[in-house]
Amino acid sequence: MSEKDIDRELLQTIAGMDDKPEGAAFNIRKNGGCEGRFSSENIAITGKTDKAGIDINVKPGTKNETCFIPVIITESGVSEMVYNDFFIGEDCDVNIVAGCGIFNCGGDDSRHDGVHTFHVGKNSHIKYTEKHYGAGDGKGGRVMNPQTVVYLDENASITMETVQIRGIDSTVRDTRIYCEKGAEAVITERLLTHGEQHADSNMIIELNGEDSKGRVISRSVAQDDSVQVFKPCVIGNAKCFGHVQCDSIIMGNANIHSVPEIAANCADAQLIHEAAIGKIAGDQILKLQTLGLTEEQAEDCILKGFMS
Amino acid sequence: MLELRDICYSVKENGEALDILDHVSLIIPDGQLVVFTGPNGGGKTTLAKIIMGLAQPTSGSIVWDGRDVTNMSITERANAGISYGFQQPPRFKGITVRKLLTLASGEKTLSKDRCCQFLTRVGLCANDYLTREVDSSLSGGEVKRIEIATILARNSKLMIFDEPEAGIDLWSFARLTETFEQIHKEGRASMIIISHQERIISLADEVVVIGEGRIRHRGVVSEVLPNILADTTGSCPVIGKEASGK
Repeated sequence: MSEKDIDRELLQTIAGMDDKPEGAAFNIRKNGGCEGRFSSENIAITGKTDKAGIDINVKPGTKNETCFIPVIITESGVSEMVYNDFFIGEDCDVNIVAGCGIFNCGGDDSRHDGVHTFHVGKNSHIKYTEKHYGAGDGKGGRVMNPQTVVYLDENASITMETVQIRGIDSTVRDTRIYCEKGAEAVITERLLTHGEQHADSNMIIELNGEDSKGRVISRSVAQDDSVQVFKPCVIGNAKCFGHVQCDSIIMGNANIHSVPEIAANCADAQLIHEAAIGKIAGDQILKLQTLGLTEEQAEDCILKGFMS
Repeated sequence: MLELRDICYSVKENGEALDILDHVSLIIPDGQLVVFTGPNGGGKTTLAKIIMGLAQPTSGSIVWDGRDVTNMSITERANAGISYGFQQPPRFKGITVRKLLTLASGEKTLSKDRCCQFLTRVGLCANDYLTREVDSSLSGGEVKRIEIATILARNSKLMIFDEPEAGIDLWSFARLTETFEQIHKEGRASMIIISHQERIISLADEVVVIGEGRIRHRGVVSEVLPNILADTTGSCPVIGKEASGK
C-alpha cells in the first residue's frame, strides 16, 4: 500500500474524510507535523507556540459547522504529546471530528498522547466524535492515551462519541467533565480490544449546577487475551440527574473489570448506575442462523450491532 | 411438502434415557396450515425445533421439498426455505428493528415501505419502531410481534410459529390471526403453528395433538377439538369432574 493510500485509509476510518474538507475548518496532524490547516470564517485554528498543539476558537452564534482535527501516525517510533484547546463561544451548535489513526509496520512503538480541553460557552452544544484505529503488521505497539477535559457553562451541552475501532495495543483514556447549571453531558463509548491489548477508561463527570445532567453509555467487546478496565464516575453536587451504563461482551480468555461509580453530595441528586458483562447469548446466534446467517456471520452481526 | 419419518428424540436424565419424542411420523402437504397443540411438555416445541435444526433427532429423518435435510445445519435449512418464530425471542442490543427485518429478508437494504408492510401485519407502526433497538426497552409483546414480522420478511415456503399468541394483547392477536389467514389463502407457504388458541386452531387444515411425545390425534378441527379437552384433563378425577361440570 502506498503512503497516500495509508493516509487515505486512516483518515477515512477515523474521520470519514476522503479528502480535505471543502469550506470546513480542519487541521490534519501527521507524524508530528501539520499536513494541512484551514480556518473558516467562524472557526479559527491556530498553532500553539509554546508546545505542540492547536487552539480552536469558535465565534459565538456559530451554527451547523463542522471542524475536523484528525491525527495520523504512519512512521514507526513516533511519540508525541499534543495539547488542543477549544474555546466555544455562546449560543453555538458545532460538530467536532477528532480521531487518531496509527499505521505501524516497524519494530518501535508509535504513541500519541493528547489532551483536549473544551471551554463550552453558555447555551452552546457541541458534538464531539473521536475514533481510534491501529493498523500495520509491525511488531511495534500502537499506543494512544487521550485526555479530554470539558467545562460546560450554563445550559451548555456535549454529545461525545468515542470509539476504539480496533488495533490499539494500549490505551489509557481519561475523561473529565464539569457541568454548570442546566448543562448536559452524554458520553457514548465503544471499545474493542483483541489479542493481548489493554484498555483503561477513566471518567469523572461532576454535576455541579442545578438541573445538570450526565449520562455515560459504555459498550465494549473484549476478545482473545485482552484486558479492559472501566471506571466511570458521576458525582452529583447539586439537584441533578446522572446515569452510568456499562455493557460488555467478553470472549475467549479476555478479562474485563467494570467499576461504575456514583457519588452524591446533595440530597436532590438522582444517580443511577448499572453494569453487565456477559458472552454472546446462544439464542441470539441461533435466531440469526434461522435467518440464514452462518454462525460466524451471526457473531459478527451481533458484535457490529452492539458496537454501533 | 414436509415429511417427518419416525422421529425419536431422547435426553439423558440421571443416567437414564427419557423419551421426548417417540416415533413421530407426519406429512404436511404444500400450502397447508397445520396447528400443533396439546398439553405442556408434550413435545410440540421439540418437534418444531427438530424441523428447523435447532435440535437434532436421536433417530428418524426429515424430508423437505424432496431433500433429506436431517443432517443440514440451521443455516442451510433456513436457506432451503424453512423459517422459525421463537416462543421467547432473544433481544439484541444495538440491532434495530429495521436491521433485523433486513437480515430476515436476505436483502442488502429494505425500504421503509416494505418494512411497514411486515410490521403492519403484526399490528405495529413502522414510524414508531423502525429505528428502535430490539433490546429490553421493548415489551415482551412487542418483541414477539417483531419476531413474527421477521418470519413474514423471510417469505419462506415453510413457516413455523411457536406460540405466536403468547404475550400479545387481544387487539393485536386479532390482527395476527387475520395475517395467518391471509398467508394461508395466498397458498404460497405451508405453516406450522404451535398454539392453544381456539381462534388459531380453527384456521387449521389439520390439527395435530401431541402429547407424551406422540401424535395423540390428528384430523380436521371439528373432529379433533373434542378430544383435546379429554386429553388435557388427563386422569385427574377432580379436574375431570370440574371440566365435565358434574
